[in-house]
Amino acid sequence: MKKSFRAMFYTPYMMWLALFVIAPVGLIVYYSFFNISHQFTFDNYATFFRSGTYLTMTANSVLYAFLITLISLLISYPMALVISKLKHRDLWILLVILPTWINLLLKAYAFIGLLSHDGLVNNLFELVGLPAQHMLFTDTSFILVASYIQIPFMILPIYNSLTDISDSYIKASHDLGATNWQTLTKIIIPMTMPGIKSGVQIVFIPSLSLFMLSRLIGGNKIITLGTAVEEHFLTTMNWGMGSTIGVVLIISMVIVMLFTNTKRKRGRN
Amino acid sequence: MKKFIIAIVVLLAICAGLGLGSHELTKSTGDSSSKVLNLYNWGDYIDPSLLTKFQKETGYHVNVETFDSNEAMYTKIKQGGTNYDLTVPSDYMVQKMKADHMLIPLDKSKLTGMSHYGASFMNKSFDPGNRYSIPYFWGTLGIIYNDKYIKPGELTHWDQLWHSKYRNDIMLIDSARDIMGFSLISQGHSVNTTNTKELIAAKNKLNRLSPNVKAVVADEIKMYMAEGEAPIAVDWSGEATEMMSQNAHLHYVVPTEGSNMWFDNLVIPKTAKHFKAIYAFLNFMNKPENAAQNAKYIGYSTPNTDAYKLLPKSVRDNKQFYPPKQVLDKLEVYSNLSAKKVQQYNDLYLEFKMHH
Repeated sequence: MKKSFRAMFYTPYMMWLALFVIAPVGLIVYYSFFNISHQFTFDNYATFFRSGTYLTMTANSVLYAFLITLISLLISYPMALVISKLKHRDLWILLVILPTWINLLLKAYAFIGLLSHDGLVNNLFELVGLPAQHMLFTDTSFILVASYIQIPFMILPIYNSLTDISDSYIKASHDLGATNWQTLTKIIIPMTMPGIKSGVQIVFIPSLSLFMLSRLIGGNKIITLGTAVEEHFLTTMNWGMGSTIGVVLIISMVIVMLFTNTKRKRGRN
Repeated sequence: MKKFIIAIVVLLAICAGLGLGSHELTKSTGDSSSKVLNLYNWGDYIDPSLLTKFQKETGYHVNVETFDSNEAMYTKIKQGGTNYDLTVPSDYMVQKMKADHMLIPLDKSKLTGMSHYGASFMNKSFDPGNRYSIPYFWGTLGIIYNDKYIKPGELTHWDQLWHSKYRNDIMLIDSARDIMGFSLISQGHSVNTTNTKELIAAKNKLNRLSPNVKAVVADEIKMYMAEGEAPIAVDWSGEATEMMSQNAHLHYVVPTEGSNMWFDNLVIPKTAKHFKAIYAFLNFMNKPENAAQNAKYIGYSTPNTDAYKLLPKSVRDNKQFYPPKQVLDKLEVYSNLSAKKVQQYNDLYLEFKMHH
């Protein structure tokens, strides 16, 4: 009786996992072994690892994802720290989350309006007497906009782990003669490490394949793996190669997860 | 929590209500009834008042559904479950659909007014003898420039794009065939070449264009050009029309050494059911006054020569949209390449995009 009751609870989850997690991943892996004329082959992987194009693209993706993660972390940590100390911190964190309710495309278009040649930022520059700058389609603007979009996802986990720290730890550290800086580096940052790690995971992984932004803001001058996946599925209809890149992305995500997870366990022990 | 659940339930109920309502509405127009025509067209690609006129004249109601790329249209029809009577693929897609047995040949005995079409626009390589398709609109690939930065008449050749004075000035449309195409033309090769050496040479030449390329973008190119973000763009004539209607400083040029010529064509897919309505519609669109009205509304070049004669003089005299015969003769239509070659074009193009 009890057993069937429990089964009733977990079947929906199992079915969900099977249908929407395992089956799609399985399909991607399956497709990655077929060439454009539907023959079984390992060529897609050989092409990927032999061609300079895909390897440079991978290196590019990792580099940009790393920069985006780093910048959003550098901005998010102090921000989360400040917000966690504020009086109406729930309201402030709500304001941070608010932009995530807006569609990514709309935000990208808003940035085009800001950064374009006759946009708001250049208008401001001219007011102060600075010459108008070409800001769209540069690496800087791409990283800036991508970081802006990722920041809320970085702030939230860090903020949560900050609010979890009991005040008594901070008081104790001050009582024992630690300076503010020592309290931050020896107490607060180590204790918020789990938050930082989940933030890094949430930001780094999607940043590997931002194809919409790399086109709209980066003007396709930055080519990431996402761009190649889009092209293989929509233009050349070479689903095999597109899936192969997908598999490579999945594997690199697993690596990032493992990397950040084991460290967390060690920290707790 | 309770409030949250109530809010979700209310939202779901509203969605279900709306869904049901729209289902009822579409049902009442009914695509299975006999007095209809299901047209599967590009977005905003027919003058709506023509549809009303057609219904008044013949009694057939036209249901229009839209797509935004040849590939999307192809996939949807191929997957089945649709009952489109007419659709509007571009040249190479006509060839592909024909090869995949997705088209029904035109019954020439039921067609009237085919003599209105110009000889330069018929019997093209993608459909010899127009067995399956009637040209709907045609156009070219060319250069759009902003006269605030570029003197009119300054740009007339593809090769000039490589000039160092246009550094960071050019926007390209994100399309492998077109970008590889103009590089091939500038080297005197065909846009349909399958010669690997020529293709690699074209890519290497494109790599040298990189310093001049500001961005490689899709549909947004229209907005960017209209806002004056870049002085030069390479794009299709149809898109150029839209940009120019938003910004009077923009002009369109077809390089004299040649370019691509594209066609959008009316075809009958295998899913068609209402053949009387189809031929009534095709004959209706063949009529010069209707084709001219449509061309005025859309702004693309019409292949219907008698309709062309009805257009305002300013449009007729526009050499960039209706080029003279000697330019017309140099324009090449894309032919459908093998999947392997399409892949090669795209791979080389991707390499160019990655080149800094």
